[in-house]
Amino acid sequence: MLRRTFIQAAASALIAVGLSWSAHAEDRFITVASTTSTQDSGLFNVLLPAFTAKTGITVKVIAQGTGQALDTARRGDADVVFVHAKAQELKFLADGFGVKRYPVMYNDFVVVGPKSDPAGIGGSKDVAAAFKAIADKKAPFVSRGDKSGTNTAELNLWKAAGVDLQAVRGDWYREIGQGMGATLNTANAMAAYTLSDRGTWIAFANKGDLGIVVEGDKKLFNQYGVMLVNPAKIPTVKVNDGQAFIDWLVSPEGQAVIAGYHIGDKQLFFPNANDPNA
Amino acid sequence: MLQDMTILSSVLSLLGGDGGRLLEIVLLSLGVTITAVVCAGFVGLPLGAGLALVRFPGRTVVIVLVNTLMGFPPVVAGLVIFLLLSRSGPLGGLGLLFTPKAMMIAQFVLVLPIVVALSRQTIEDLWTEYRDHLTSLGAGRLGSIPTLLWDARFSLVTTMLAGLGRASAEVGAILIVGGNIAGFTRTMTTSIALETSKGDLPLAMALGVILMSLTLAINGLAYGISRVGARFSGKS
Repeated sequence: MLRRTFIQAAASALIAVGLSWSAHAEDRFITVASTTSTQDSGLFNVLLPAFTAKTGITVKVIAQGTGQALDTARRGDADVVFVHAKAQELKFLADGFGVKRYPVMYNDFVVVGPKSDPAGIGGSKDVAAAFKAIADKKAPFVSRGDKSGTNTAELNLWKAAGVDLQAVRGDWYREIGQGMGATLNTANAMAAYTLSDRGTWIAFANKGDLGIVVEGDKKLFNQYGVMLVNPAKIPTVKVNDGQAFIDWLVSPEGQAVIAGYHIGDKQLFFPNANDPNA
Repeated sequence: MLQDMTILSSVLSLLGGDGGRLLEIVLLSLGVTITAVVCAGFVGLPLGAGLALVRFPGRTVVIVLVNTLMGFPPVVAGLVIFLLLSRSGPLGGLGLLFTPKAMMIAQFVLVLPIVVALSRQTIEDLWTEYRDHLTSLGAGRLGSIPTLLWDARFSLVTTMLAGLGRASAEVGAILIVGGNIAGFTRTMTTSIALETSKGDLPLAMALGVILMSLTLAINGLAYGISRVGARFSGKS
């Protein structure tokens, strides 16, 4: 008797939970594969509610590195990609997985490091020279090591500095294979240098002894782009709602929300959808 | 350095100010975990009992295999389920990836071997004790399964709690198959991982304190219920 009551209670609880979830699933939503920087910086917390209020479309964000986000889209598990590594984005387009790339906004990368500044690069505006100094002194450096947009930018900077990473890498160069926030935590704990996008850096709450050592070089420019996944390749893509999100992002209204996102008095992202070369 | 006071005030402000979103996360965590564990119980307990009583070729191999699967790395389980449920995978048509159901499946897969392996051991021990009695009543091995499960129910509570512990503490698998989507697949453990990566260590720690308190409450409740039950059935 007791057993039967228990089984009935458990079964009805299961059904109730199942029903509430299927009700959830009927909502109008799109899935966006994006980057850890847009999430960790807090931008999505203001951007997405504004879009949902306007259109009634819920946006589900999977925050990954740019490489992984593009891969998620290639598998057909996302409708839109919103990432920041132009070369990888153009390859995604060339492979036929994207419909069209729209520039959305930019910020910049900064080199952060410990106050002790063992490579002596504090205040420099020449990021290539700074990277060269880090490699020469074998000062600790934490790399994302995850094919993200930031990781891609970092590898390009080593190239620009004329440093052959494979030849000189040693204990001082640590690839941790994690997101931007985790990388900053590690850099803080190890008193190491790292490259971060400015948005995540400003929003990051565990700066400890870290500070910006290099900023303002043109090479540190960080452009974000958005693409609809090509329905010709992935038939399940939600074309209308996905395109609605993109259209809104590049519209004056979406661009204004991006420009309006501040932490303290600092603006984190700068809209530039009207720049065709971005 | 983390200050105890910062954590404490984070716990309090979570419970107070931003309580709505916290409640959502807690309910989702509990919903996913408890559903997965209950399902694993319905499937795993009879399987475990069957494995204890029924002799068949290769039984030893199955037992060793199930025992091994108790240590199935969650991140591997997550990856396998991710590849199955991805749109380009064999079950992609179901559209389950990045949903609470996908997280439930992942936890079910992780908890099932624990329930099967531990209940198999419990029932097998009980069978050696009751064998003659049950046989004299004319019950076959298969026919004895419900009786043995019912008789072992208080020991099996611990089995289920071990499964619950595995599920509620898990982050690797549900992060991969759920995607940690805010307000949809963000659970206690994935929130803790996220807040840690944002460098908000007091908030992450506060969430950890709440998760552990919940686990403590559930375990206390289960222990209390089984003690009361045992007393009423004269098994204390």
